[in-house]
Amino acid sequence: MATGIELEINGKGYLVNYPPDTPLLYVLRDELGLTGTKYGCGEGMCGACTVLIGGTARRSCQIPLGAALSKPITTIEGLEKNGVLDPVQQAFLDAGAFQCAYCTSGMIMSSVSLLEANPHPTTAQIVQSLQGNICRCGTYTRIIKAVQRAAETLKGRSK
Amino acid sequence: MRKAEETFLPEPERYEFRAMPMHQFALGRRDFFKIFGAGIAVFAVAKEVSAMQETAPGPHGFHNEELPEEIGAWLHIGEDGTVTGFAGKAEIGQNVRTSLAQTIADELGVAVASVRMVLADTALTPFDAGTFGSKTIATITPQLRRVAAAARDLLLEKAAREWNVPADRLVAGDGKVSDPATGKSLRYAQLAREAIGARKPPAEDPIKPASEWIVAGTPVPKVDAREFVTGGHRYSTDLRPEGMLYGKILRPPSFNATLISCDDSAAKAMKDVVLVRDGDFTGAAAPTVAAAEAALRSLQVKWKELPQISDQEIFSYLKKNAQPSKEARFRQAKGSVDGGLAEAAHKLDASYTVAYIAHAPLEPRAAVAQWTDGKLTVWMGTQRPFAVRDDLADIFHVSEKNVRVIVPDTGSAYGGKHTSDAGLEAARLAKAAGGRPVKLVWTREEEFTWAYFRPAGVIEVKSGIAADGKLTAWEFHNYHSGMSGIETPYVVANQVTEYHQVPLVLRSGSYRGLAATANHFARETHMDSLAGRASMDPLEFRLKNLAEPRMRAVLETGAKAFGWPRQKSAEGQGFGVAAGYEKGSYVATFAEILVDRKNNSVTVKKLLEVFECGAIVNPDGLRNQVVGAMIQGLGGALFESIQFENGRISNAHFASYRVPRFKDVPEIEAILLDRKDIPSAGAGETPIMAIAPAIGNAFSDATKIRLTKLPLRPELHLQG
Ligand code: FES
Ligand code: FES
Repeated sequence: MATGIELEINGKGYLVNYPPDTPLLYVLRDELGLTGTKYGCGEGMCGACTVLIGGTARRSCQIPLGAALSKPITTIEGLEKNGVLDPVQQAFLDAGAFQCAYCTSGMIMSSVSLLEANPHPTTAQIVQSLQGNICRCGTYTRIIKAVQRAAETLKGRSK
Repeated sequence: MRKAEETFLPEPERYEFRAMPMHQFALGRRDFFKIFGAGIAVFAVAKEVSAMQETAPGPHGFHNEELPEEIGAWLHIGEDGTVTGFAGKAEIGQNVRTSLAQTIADELGVAVASVRMVLADTALTPFDAGTFGSKTIATITPQLRRVAAAARDLLLEKAAREWNVPADRLVAGDGKVSDPATGKSLRYAQLAREAIGARKPPAEDPIKPASEWIVAGTPVPKVDAREFVTGGHRYSTDLRPEGMLYGKILRPPSFNATLISCDDSAAKAMKDVVLVRDGDFTGAAAPTVAAAEAALRSLQVKWKELPQISDQEIFSYLKKNAQPSKEARFRQAKGSVDGGLAEAAHKLDASYTVAYIAHAPLEPRAAVAQWTDGKLTVWMGTQRPFAVRDDLADIFHVSEKNVRVIVPDTGSAYGGKHTSDAGLEAARLAKAAGGRPVKLVWTREEEFTWAYFRPAGVIEVKSGIAADGKLTAWEFHNYHSGMSGIETPYVVANQVTEYHQVPLVLRSGSYRGLAATANHFARETHMDSLAGRASMDPLEFRLKNLAEPRMRAVLETGAKAFGWPRQKSAEGQGFGVAAGYEKGSYVATFAEILVDRKNNSVTVKKLLEVFECGAIVNPDGLRNQVVGAMIQGLGGALFESIQFENGRISNAHFASYRVPRFKDVPEIEAILLDRKDIPSAGAGETPIMAIAPAIGNAFSDATKIRLTKLPLRPELHLQG
């Protein structure tokens, strides 16, 4: 059976007792109550479960617990700092880039990762890097606008 | 425990799988104030119940004498001035929470942010037949307006008494009643403090006409949007009540398979596992999903499977198995089609098909159920909480009063969350779990397999036009897919329209727009072919045969914005148009595509849509809905189809069932016509209808190849 696995999530340490092949998604949601990360397919095909592992967007449904222990993990719950939303969150809010919003956590996490790697993405680059995220409600055009808006904010900040 | 849920022959308008039972409302006036505190409560009585709840037969009696019958909505103003609106509708991403709050804010004269909406909770909100058919805006909005107006009048009267002045010189707004003559004012909170009581709004309330709306009619962001960008909102799938177990259901390997034997000794021996076997229902609940899955895996099961037809044979099957029309409404006829064909200068017969498609809501079907002292509570993403409550009461033989269904704002539905399935399954498991709540979340594969589909169909059209392009004959037969949007909007003296029922092959039900998408695809594709026969511009041909002014308006507006007729500026370019109306709203769609024969690819470059649904309540929300429907429509138009063979779905995953993604999205322009003189109609469905024919017609414009099947898969038609 499982022995304790140490995880660092949103800056906090957790010790969980799960078999190391358990997908990270289920531990986040069921064990730790971090339900902002969503289940959409469990097959790596929809992006609803996206989290940052070491700053890079990963599909948590495809990451076994054992592979997640060495790097810090950030979930949607970890973006807001002292009551202030991350610029990407704020941009989604301002652009109204959702309907049912079930895809929103995954979209935001993927976008944070994109902007981290590429602070000034072209539309084509945004499309390319979010291609794995499904929004079944079809709010894609607003999501692109939100990412562009967030890029603007970040640009203003780094000056 | 399962009951026969579908009638053998489905209803042509598949909102319902079965008739609605009668309803009773459990909350009395005294309970109401117990829960919400003192203050003012106003209850709206629907004037036209038949119009309000199209599927609910007969009046709904309420138990408690103190509450008026036929309640559609109510409102409470607390002693602290908080305003709470109650409606039975569910929030499924269509932004109803916001537009209803806007409506109340407008009529009552308070800020949107100070209005809280309680939605879709069978213990707290008024009965509602369901959130579908684009009904919310048309039915609940006026009722909430009426209750809010009555509450406002109550506050005005109260202040008038207080100051001993005539009420008609006072004004309500900004959360207070003021007297312009004296400059005095009283906040609603102060006024509500002593005004304990309930009021039924008078039949003729002064309701603001759309031209006087202040908050409604303006773009307002989703009211609780912050919860959604922080991951804080709890969908049904996210709930984790104390002591909760996770459920899993044993699914047959194929549709209609029967269980021959099941050795469950290993599962029974597992610690902490609740195993339930009840007729053809087998499921397990355990402290983790993995443990519940392990229990089901340990079962030694034998099934008897049946050979069943495949997607390859479906269309000939549907034609062959059509039932003679039993109901008069299935067939509409006027004039003589034979006569009309005899007059025609050009005749055209064609046949069209549409595949089964899946809703694939990103939040799968899910429910949490808990039994406490013989009472059942179910949290579930559904469009029909009251119907689910009745199903649960029925199946578990308890009174409706002992069942409460609560709908957390849901990860969308598109017509796909009408049935009780996940709730029934979770409740059955929970019944054996000794008071512990059980959560059941369908996997994506279960979603694609055990939910229901938009039905496949065959449509046959016979038609004739005169030399000048006027329609002389129109005969339209829809097999199986449904009656929505079946009637032609074009003027033709000789016509027959008929819907043919066929027994279900795959489990089928509502889908955004119902059969209107299939019927518009066939009709608008056919109209385009006819325009070709008449050597006329497709738009001109439509306008020539169209009297309906609202449909003309969307077409003409779109033509102007799109620049129709457009000159081709590149090889492989094609332009198409399609239009229609349904459920009180009108749509015209213009498409530009680019065909690249060298690379065997077809790209939709631009979609322009003009949409009109009467007076617009929330332009921002409406635009979001319209664009969303356009993008969703792309999937059904271009590539979505359910494949099946021998009772198994062959593409039950996002890897094999393709849905629109970022790269599929063309340039999109949505033009909303605001008709303040026309009552608001719903907008969630109609914008999807004309996407497929507009794209198909553009493809034909580019290639002279006519596509008659949905999905179009245009790239497959380029070879040779
Ligand atoms: S849930 Fe992980 S990609 Fe869909
Ligand atoms: S907003 Fe519903 S899935 Fe994206």
